[in-house]
Amino acid sequence: MSWFEKLLPTRIRTEGGAKRTVPEGLWTKCDVCSAVLYRAEVERNLEVCPKCSHHMRMGGRRRLEAFLDAEPREEIGAEVKPVDILKFKDSKKYKDRLVQAQKNTGEDDALIVLQGEVKGVPVVACAFEFSFMGGSMGAVVGERFVRAVNRCLEKNLPLVCFSASGGARMQEALFSLMQMAKTSAALAKLSKARLPFISVLTDPTMGGVSASLAMLGDIHIGEPNALIGFAGPRVIEQTVRETLPEGFQRSEFLLQHGVIDMIVDRRDLRDRIANLLSILLHRKAL
Amino acid sequence: MNLNFLDFEQPIAELEAKIEELRYLGNDTEINISEEIGRLQEKSRTLTETIFAKLSSWQVSQLARHPQRPYTLDYIEHIFTDFDELHGDRAFADDAAIVGGVARIDGRPVMVIGHQKGRDTKEKLARNFGMPSPEGYRKALRLMKMAERFRLPLLTFIDTPGAYPGISAEERGQSEAIARNLFVMSELKTPIICTVIGEGGSGGALAIGVGDRVQMLEYSTYSVISPEGCASILWKSADKAQDAAEALGITSKRLFELKLIDGIVEEPLGGAHRDVQLMADTLKQMLLQQLDNLASATPEQLLKARYKRIMSYGHFTAA
Repeated sequence: MSWFEKLLPTRIRTEGGAKRTVPEGLWTKCDVCSAVLYRAEVERNLEVCPKCSHHMRMGGRRRLEAFLDAEPREEIGAEVKPVDILKFKDSKKYKDRLVQAQKNTGEDDALIVLQGEVKGVPVVACAFEFSFMGGSMGAVVGERFVRAVNRCLEKNLPLVCFSASGGARMQEALFSLMQMAKTSAALAKLSKARLPFISVLTDPTMGGVSASLAMLGDIHIGEPNALIGFAGPRVIEQTVRETLPEGFQRSEFLLQHGVIDMIVDRRDLRDRIANLLSILLHRKAL
Repeated sequence: MNLNFLDFEQPIAELEAKIEELRYLGNDTEINISEEIGRLQEKSRTLTETIFAKLSSWQVSQLARHPQRPYTLDYIEHIFTDFDELHGDRAFADDAAIVGGVARIDGRPVMVIGHQKGRDTKEKLARNFGMPSPEGYRKALRLMKMAERFRLPLLTFIDTPGAYPGISAEERGQSEAIARNLFVMSELKTPIICTVIGEGGSGGALAIGVGDRVQMLEYSTYSVISPEGCASILWKSADKAQDAAEALGITSKRLFELKLIDGIVEEPLGGAHRDVQLMADTLKQMLLQQLDNLASATPEQLLKARYKRIMSYGHFTAA
């Protein structure tokens, strides 16, 4: 408590942000419209604000669970786990960052792959976990993605990927850059096998993930207002020394510039993707 | 301070200045000082050897960006004959930060693509400091596909600080342009040899860097992010660039140890810019030998080996 606060009589003292009387996590506030929202309702609404339709970030596993039919489901590549071969250390050891991220997210790394069905259409779906080191792509993300593609090739399945990533994982240095080549080369095989790849770009999809797997879809779907691009807005601002235009690098901007096919509300993704896949795969209408 | 020399080379610069001075004197007077000059030259050489024997990663990155370092067009001039530059992406513009064209090496037809930096201010601006825009990658892509159609081996020269972080580049789909090149290069049915000649800056470098052989000149660098960029993100201070350079392991020696590159091309004493002809000759011999090796493989064998190699990148456990 600061000296000033001590001077105040107790009854007009207000405690800092953390001291709200509401139990932790019961209520949440929309970053855009500031509406106070009942947490459970937001969850039911797939992390979309019921008031203004702002799409909040969503965990990778939850996303896949919401996207796929309840049955069947099989996880792919969970056995692939990170190692710190470079003994990378910045202000913190990479090893410690990994442990911390694993504790915070309950995931081993930033990509989760499941084989399942979407409205009865068999599919392999993967999603980035942005809370795991910014969804950054290192060797595990690359390998799991390749295993997802391999499963598609093996079983003749389409691939859907929900990306949410700041880009390559710097702590894996050049190995992380090479994951761009690795995931892209795998997608070239998928394309040759004429298996559809639908890339869903969610907030944010930047850097090395954007400049590889995320931009190699047969169909690119952006979630509303998602930040999508190569260089980060701050880097660009510093380089060009001018204020960036309103809506720069947002889904709507990308749609206008011909980079993505469509913008789809998260609550409609399941239906829209199932429909697209059923057409590309010559299945009967859903 | 002699600007042709980097900070850590200043002791060499001082010796060289002394040698110059003596030479100048020697012309004027009758005194025979050639012996003294010889002695100093020997000393300068030893000093250079000593300094260059233990360069830090940061020092190497300064060499890789040396203002006198040979660029792609210098190598084209010294290594190839009959070079004819091909321009434009056929859709939007010609990006001068990437050059490309057909040429011959020792009589053999090839396709050459490389990043190009500028020497003077005007050219630097025209070439956007070697930072490609989407139309640059797309021009490269066009030439790659042409190389495949006409069965020309593809030789790429990598030297860029990175993709251009600008509004226009994002508007025209920088990410897609880079991704597309990785996609296509992974199955291009012609031998591809990639040489990092200066700075291998991130996605901008990789966009012409997927091949059957990836090698680096001794004092070039290859990294997922510049040391400065990494320092400002992870250390929250650009001043830590030296630490970042070390941690990122951006040198040819380190990357060879990590099996991320296939070979190192030795540079002349003091760096490629000290003897461009010698550097070009060494590189040319290397390229010819690699072309020979790759020529014996069928396209299927080539692609299979390339794919296997690309898939091998990265370490993880998988019980």
